[in-house]
Amino acid sequence: MNLELLIQLLVNGLVVGLLYGVIGMCFVLVYKSTQIVNFAQGEFLLIGAWVCWAALIYLDLPFFAGFLLSLVFMAAFGVLLQMIVLRPMIGEPIISVIMVTIGLSIFFQALMKWIFGVSPQSYPQVFNTETITIMGLNIEVAYLMSMAIALIIMVSFYFFFKHSKHGLAMRATAFDQQVAQSLGISVKQVFAMSWGIAATVSGTAGVVIGMVNGVSDSLSVMGIKVFPAVILGGLDSIVGAIVGGIIIGLLENVAEFVDSQWLQIGNMYDIAPFYVLLIILWFKPYGLFGTKDIERI
Amino acid sequence: MSQNAVKIQPTSPILSVNNIEVVYDEVIQVLRGVSLEVPEGEVVTLLGPNGAGKSTTLKAISGLLKTEDGEVTRGDITFMGERIDKKNAEDVVRSGIFQVMEGRRIIEDMTSIENLKLGAYTRNDKHINQDIDMVFHYFPRLKERTGLAGYLSGGEQQMLAIGRALMARPKMICLDEPSMGLSPLLVKEVFAIIEKINKEQGITMLLVEQNANYALKAANYGYIMESGKIVLDGTQEQLLNNEDVKEFYLGGGNEERKSFKNLKSYKRRKRWL
Repeated sequence: MNLELLIQLLVNGLVVGLLYGVIGMCFVLVYKSTQIVNFAQGEFLLIGAWVCWAALIYLDLPFFAGFLLSLVFMAAFGVLLQMIVLRPMIGEPIISVIMVTIGLSIFFQALMKWIFGVSPQSYPQVFNTETITIMGLNIEVAYLMSMAIALIIMVSFYFFFKHSKHGLAMRATAFDQQVAQSLGISVKQVFAMSWGIAATVSGTAGVVIGMVNGVSDSLSVMGIKVFPAVILGGLDSIVGAIVGGIIIGLLENVAEFVDSQWLQIGNMYDIAPFYVLLIILWFKPYGLFGTKDIERI
Repeated sequence: MSQNAVKIQPTSPILSVNNIEVVYDEVIQVLRGVSLEVPEGEVVTLLGPNGAGKSTTLKAISGLLKTEDGEVTRGDITFMGERIDKKNAEDVVRSGIFQVMEGRRIIEDMTSIENLKLGAYTRNDKHINQDIDMVFHYFPRLKERTGLAGYLSGGEQQMLAIGRALMARPKMICLDEPSMGLSPLLVKEVFAIIEKINKEQGITMLLVEQNANYALKAANYGYIMESGKIVLDGTQEQLLNNEDVKEFYLGGGNEERKSFKNLKSYKRRKRWL
């Protein structure tokens, strides 16, 4: 048994898991406040990563400027997407809205291929040192940065929803839209805001993952990978999304380890989360932290 | 509306509802020409049986009708000289009317303080914490309940709902059945606080109630609705002494004991107009 490899994989799992958690939070945020299951979640990552890449390559911006620019772009993109495409769908049957998000997913994937081509691209080097050694482990600097960003996002989500006026308004809207309106909260504004936040935060995750793996179509697969995470955590629980994300991230890597050491089946890394998804749906369909009475689709 | 013509209004109305008709889902007509006036700083009550359209009238005023596919198809509603019947609920809140909805409807997965903060959503000033203390002054027992609002008792939830309305610093509060589901003692307490708030804060109140006894005692003026129309209105005294109101809404009428001979074996039907 290769202990060093196991630890290395666990560290990877934790980093990837935190990112799943972040993406899952965006998914849950949109689901909770607007009752829309967003199948285009992965494309937010893809678009964010490509926009940042374009800003770095074509505009020749320094990394953090390009990063900020892509965040601003994603915020506007999320809000506009809600206003133009999803606002007219309010009150339509859930299945129609789901078809719209699936359509958006296909459309944006194709659009990105059309604009940026099909071959993966990598970011210009951001950090001078590729890896640093902590307690005998080689850890990529980009990993540390993504971990830090994921944690910052989680903490700011906590403060936003616990203490800010708009965060409270979003929670109120998620709880009961009519009551929210009776308090003077504009539900339309809250919807637009939740899509804006989801797009921005997912775009951040896209850039962070792009830094490690390069920008390619595989980023949108993250949007699918996030399903096991949010269903494990409970579709309407933000804490659940984080816990689910970390569990799935670790599990992938442990599955990879077990497979490489003993089973030799291959490709467990990609498949294991979906076995978990099946098992959860069998035994605990509402997830670890989900509310029992949410509507199933 | 022959009664409307003769009534005496001491002050100019802050809210006037003029002959509104309300239709739900574009087919179901609920209100058939409702007019009422609420003078500034007073408590006005709207009484009537189930399904008379009391809540619908309130929702027409607060704009919440639009969230239930209802629409004011005729007439107009003016608040402080400004038409509000076409406004969204959130804009009506900003112009100074706050509705405490039927069944309290507090946000159960938030704490009391968070609920109160949400009441102040439309405000941008820095005095929100002061006003939280003001709410605790009216409802001292809310201060002790720091947990989730969903775990509060019915009476405490009603108090929180009224406190949340105060946080918006409204000119007028519309209360939809504040006594619903409360024990008699709590009803008494809630009404006492409503009167106190009206006197101390000068907030105009429009009170929809089934509990006519308490409502009429708290109110300066009352309207009685039946099947989508106002059928009777008058000052507190006029309504309390009206034989029909006594029989239909206050129960028992006079205090003296009745013999079985005098009891009617059928419910008297009344054509109001």
